[in-house]
Amino acid sequence: MTIRNLLSRKGRSFLTMLGIVIGVAGVIIIISLGAGAQSLVLGQVNKLGSNLLSIQPGKSDPKGPPAQVFGVVVTTLVESDAEILRSSVQVPHAVAVNAMVRGAGTVLWQNKSTDTSFIGTDYGYASVVNFTMSSGTFIDETANRGGAKVVVLGSKVADALFAGTGVDPIGQVVKVKNSSQTNAGGVPLRIVGVIEKRGSAFFQDQDDQIFVPLSVAQGQLLGIHYLQAINIKVDSALNIDQTINDVTSVLKQRHHILTDDDIDFTVRNQATAVDILKTITDALSLFLTSMAAIALVVGGIGILNIMLATVAERTREIGLRKAVGATNTVIMKQFLLEAGAVTLIGGMIGIIVGVIISYLMAVLMKYLNFDWDFVISISSILLAVGVSVLTGVIFGLYPSLKASRLNPIDALRYE
Amino acid sequence: MPLIKIENLTKDYESGGIVTSVLRGVDFSMEQGEFVAIMGPSGSGKSTLMHILSFLDKSTSGLYEFEGQDTKDFDKDYLAKLRNERIGFVFQSFNLLARTTVLDNVKLPLLYSKKKDHDNLSKKALADVGLSHRLDYFTNQISGGEKQRVAIARALVCDPAVIFADEPTGNLDSKSGNAVLEILQKLNDRGHTIILVTHEMDTANHAKRIIYIKDGMIVGDEKVLKRTIAKGDGELKK
Repeated sequence: MTIRNLLSRKGRSFLTMLGIVIGVAGVIIIISLGAGAQSLVLGQVNKLGSNLLSIQPGKSDPKGPPAQVFGVVVTTLVESDAEILRSSVQVPHAVAVNAMVRGAGTVLWQNKSTDTSFIGTDYGYASVVNFTMSSGTFIDETANRGGAKVVVLGSKVADALFAGTGVDPIGQVVKVKNSSQTNAGGVPLRIVGVIEKRGSAFFQDQDDQIFVPLSVAQGQLLGIHYLQAINIKVDSALNIDQTINDVTSVLKQRHHILTDDDIDFTVRNQATAVDILKTITDALSLFLTSMAAIALVVGGIGILNIMLATVAERTREIGLRKAVGATNTVIMKQFLLEAGAVTLIGGMIGIIVGVIISYLMAVLMKYLNFDWDFVISISSILLAVGVSVLTGVIFGLYPSLKASRLNPIDALRYE
Repeated sequence: MPLIKIENLTKDYESGGIVTSVLRGVDFSMEQGEFVAIMGPSGSGKSTLMHILSFLDKSTSGLYEFEGQDTKDFDKDYLAKLRNERIGFVFQSFNLLARTTVLDNVKLPLLYSKKKDHDNLSKKALADVGLSHRLDYFTNQISGGEKQRVAIARALVCDPAVIFADEPTGNLDSKSGNAVLEILQKLNDRGHTIILVTHEMDTANHAKRIIYIKDGMIVGDEKVLKRTIAKGDGELKK
């Protein structure tokens, strides 16, 4: 009977449903996108490896941006700091340490060139960060110490220079120059390895990079003697806090720092970054979910409106039903069922629409080369359906009550 | 035991602090199987009386016994049950459900009863009023006379103790009206008790007894001596 009543008012029922459809679809899409974004962000952070600490020069709030962001050049972190941190006595839980500097540069080979960023680092990099070589080797300890003129290419750089030429990059000599050195011919470096494609991490394309020994980057590309970062891989997540303390005390001692106010470096914890990003994405999801919830409430008010209009329009029918024996409870049930059915059907359509749109968004994100997961949680569906039916019942309650309390004679006489 | 017995029944309406007495002490009783017309001009209180008798409204004071029971303390749900099982209604304006078939309209009271086999009961009631060929028509596809016959079938379907017909011919042409009255007479012949509310003498004369009401009081109560027997196309299979 409920369904028949709704079908007899198809257009109106559909429009009433629309509010609920949009609300439910909204909730599902937003929760799905939120989960997808979270997995993307966390994936970006964790891609380089877990249990990482990063030491940056200059004092800054470990939860805020590093000092360099503000244009400050801090020169206090040097290679000997990295060396001392490698000591298993001083920092027992450090599995690997690498020092690094970076810059923007151009790579030339024969008549081809490509702009990329170069990273000057040492052999420790291979142990700190997760990656595999597609050919050759990474910069080894002897190459590093001797300041050998070697370079390791990211896959994209290798492709840009060698794809289609049939030439094996290993052994070839490229010229690398700093982007700001417009007149220089560049530093000739022999390619010793190419890294396999590994996508982006921290929203930076890890394949569009080249790696040169630290001393080459410092001395011949950048003309500096300090470090921009020291990365440390800790043996276990449990020892991260201990290691932060160890690193801090070692560096304080080396930099002759007596009070915490004078500390000239910052130890950043990847886990903190994960937490921060999670907090941000959670907050965003919550915000957007509440927007969708508002859409649901608006849909509910639509139901309230339509149900009130329906009750007014069907006053005579209610009178008749009561005259032929319907009790107040029966009338109330009838109208509640109708409101519930509208929202339930609307909710179902909303779920289908929401899942389809979430899926299309995931496909689009993958097409745009993001590591996007299509996530639909059962809880989001239950939430959406629960809220929509609840909306229907809550906003259907008043009109239903109103209908059930109509006096049969007044209702019958209603024009 | 009379089917209906009322004593000194009154009904007051209050609006804006002004009390209007619509019924001012009405007494009468009627037996099972009677065909009574309640007649009076508009505003006389005849409709109010019918509403009270059919449990759509409550009196202000006075006694109303239905089938030997005092109705004073009946609660809303019990009144709904009585309307469903013991009372049938035929209204001037038909009050059929729009966008609904003839058959489903007749089924309506059964939805609220404990009776089973709704289809057959409804079809039988429609056969009684000669509408077996209209079962699946929608109510906007049939004539006024047919609509009122659907309404009679709906009043019949729960096999009530009494059928109330409130100006059943008021919205019909004389031919259709005649057919409706013929059906009511034949139902009465079969033993159904009928209370017909009308302001037209011609219509009232189809009943066996007329109660005249004016200004909220009964001013006459007599047997119909020259009863009109309706002869139309109103079918009623024996």
